Amino acid sequence: MKLKSLALAGAALLSLVAVGPGVAADTIFYPHLVYRSGAYAPNGIPFANGVADYVAMINARDGGVNGVRIELEECETGYATDRGVECYERLKTKGAGAIAFSPLSTGITFALTEKVPIDKIPLQTMGYGRSESADGRVFAWNFPLLGTYWSAADILIQHVAKISGGLRGKKITLVYHDSPYGKEPIPVLQDHAQKHGYTFEAIPVTHPGVEQKAAWLKIRQTRPDFVFLWGWGVMNSTAIKEAVAVGYPRDKMYGVWWAAAEPDVRPAGDDAKGYQGLALHPAGADYPVHKDILKYVYDAGKGSGKREEVGEVLYNRGMIDAMLKLEAVRTAQKLTGKKVVVGEDVRLGYENLELNAERIKDLGFEGLVTPLKITCADHEGARKARIHQWDGQKWVFVSDWIEADINYLRPKVEAAAAAYAKEKGITPRSC
Amino acid sequence: MAELGPLLEVVLGGLMSGVLYALVALGFVLIFKASGVFNFAQGAMVLFAALSLVRLAEWLPFPLAFLLTIVIMIAVAWAIERLVLRPLVGQHGLILFMATIGVTFFLDGFGQTIWGSNVYQLDLGIPASPWFLLESLFPGGILVSPIDVFAAAIAGALVLALSIFFHSTKIGRALRAVADDHQAAQSVGIPLNRIWLIVWSTAGIVALVAGMAWGSKLGVQFSLSLIALKALPVLILGGLTSIPGAIVGGLIVGAGEKLAEFYIGPSIGGGIEYWFAYVLALAVLLVRPQGLFGEKIIERV
Repeated sequence: MKLKSLALAGAALLSLVAVGPGVAADTIFYPHLVYRSGAYAPNGIPFANGVADYVAMINARDGGVNGVRIELEECETGYATDRGVECYERLKTKGAGAIAFSPLSTGITFALTEKVPIDKIPLQTMGYGRSESADGRVFAWNFPLLGTYWSAADILIQHVAKISGGLRGKKITLVYHDSPYGKEPIPVLQDHAQKHGYTFEAIPVTHPGVEQKAAWLKIRQTRPDFVFLWGWGVMNSTAIKEAVAVGYPRDKMYGVWWAAAEPDVRPAGDDAKGYQGLALHPAGADYPVHKDILKYVYDAGKGSGKREEVGEVLYNRGMIDAMLKLEAVRTAQKLTGKKVVVGEDVRLGYENLELNAERIKDLGFEGLVTPLKITCADHEGARKARIHQWDGQKWVFVSDWIEADINYLRPKVEAAAAAYAKEKGITPRSC
Repeated sequence: MAELGPLLEVVLGGLMSGVLYALVALGFVLIFKASGVFNFAQGAMVLFAALSLVRLAEWLPFPLAFLLTIVIMIAVAWAIERLVLRPLVGQHGLILFMATIGVTFFLDGFGQTIWGSNVYQLDLGIPASPWFLLESLFPGGILVSPIDVFAAAIAGALVLALSIFFHSTKIGRALRAVADDHQAAQSVGIPLNRIWLIVWSTAGIVALVAGMAWGSKLGVQFSLSLIALKALPVLILGGLTSIPGAIVGGLIVGAGEKLAEFYIGPSIGGGIEYWFAYVLALAVLLVRPQGLFGEKIIERV
């Protein structure tokens, strides 16, 4: 009986392996770490859809990158670091080999940062990840494109200092997700507190972020002039609701760019009106790239999500994330002369990636993404954001582009990167 | 007086949260009391019920959606009884507990597959803006959230109804008999399967009420299912078999964790309320292993 059960189990396992999806060797393998279920799914889904739809559009419209088809495979992490690492291990050698990983989690990024140099696969962390990884001399495989959390914190401080005519004597409270992600901006906000003369307090909120009563009662007591929100998933809408419950004005709240999308404000209904946050790029589906996505993907009935969700903040971010990765692939193809590129080639592509206004227009992203130029030393490429405000229906820009102060940030980034290099025994590259 | 204001506010806020924990803990107690099963799936049932209600209410009038959700929860209870519990009659409690862990994974995934994984707004028409009490006594008054008060009232009514049900009805007595010994209850003619269906349906309805209270506060989304973890220290504290225990346990945990977060948290880096509840529960375990209100079980070996 036991033997029979064993045989049956073995046969079932074999059949699973046999029907598992194969990846052709003449395609580019695009591993995609997602979270479509669990506590962070409301934010993970639109991002994942943006990536999947953009890749599908490039395949349908252009037959892939320079005619090489892209094979995209999703792996569900649930935003958990252990599952993220498991997904990475499973996908890194699949097909011709993974081109790059984007875990959409700072926790997973921390875990993978030590693995990617060994496996020679780039880690693209657009708008998240380790801030010091902007120093490409130490972090050769990390690419925190378009802005790190230190850049984000600096931009927020610049904005509130400008609108309030200086920050001396003011109070700023950071409500943050108690994880590597939430802790990232603290050193910069503390630094600025000394420089600008404001009082700074940081209040952690534990995963998943639904218990915030004590934090907001504290805010009611201390009445800070501004509250910065470094939350993710349901924590953001809960924070807005708790702010309502203690009568804290929403227009004094500023979310980082991961706390300023539709899933963060819609659950709070009208109460979210006036809430503000950083925007790496605009929302909206009126850009040429959207027209192609709708034409080649949604009209063919192959869209990942609902048609009306195309153009939401996190959808657009997923689309930009995929575009940058594929542009690195395109650059790598040009530099190496290979059609099918792998992680090591793509790293070269990233380090020579330059998107000027003309190229951005050609890609259909004009107005959606700022020009960027990655170099061996600078893996961030651009560090600009705008402030947008929720009017109850849509996000409206209330500031122009604000650029993080590179003269202040770069020495800080280099010092932190040097400390990391020393700890891990890395010899920084000279560039 | 100025310091007393925030203290009262934190205690009150904590007590209100505690009532919400108690609502979830009630579901656990109900099933444990009546069937001896520690139902780990209670949190998943809260999520499933709330998701069903909020999605059905998108295209049905609210009362109809509410009734339909009750029917769905009864169907879930029936399916659990038929497919999971019935084949395991007479098995050790731990086996039944493991089975409910399986039910948790299934319900979490199934719920999100058919109803979606977004945050859905559940508007019960309760004002979100706070009330300020005793403004003449304390500067700024004492802040009370109307949603919390509403949830507390609902929980109170539910406890009263359940207490009457358990102590004064024939079915209630049968439920208690089944809890003591499945096989003995069956031998005196108590229809075990029907009793289990009734108790799981009741727990499903309690889950719906808890889901409505939590959902109107936080939005309906996956985290509701994790709130079950908040009910565990409440159960340890109050005892697994006592309805008043669930309430008192909930209140102690709610007020205790908020006070700890507010007063001790800042000096040790904050974010302590999540584990503080467990520390509190462990401390009680050391003194009273059966919980504050639990039955002391003496077994001859």
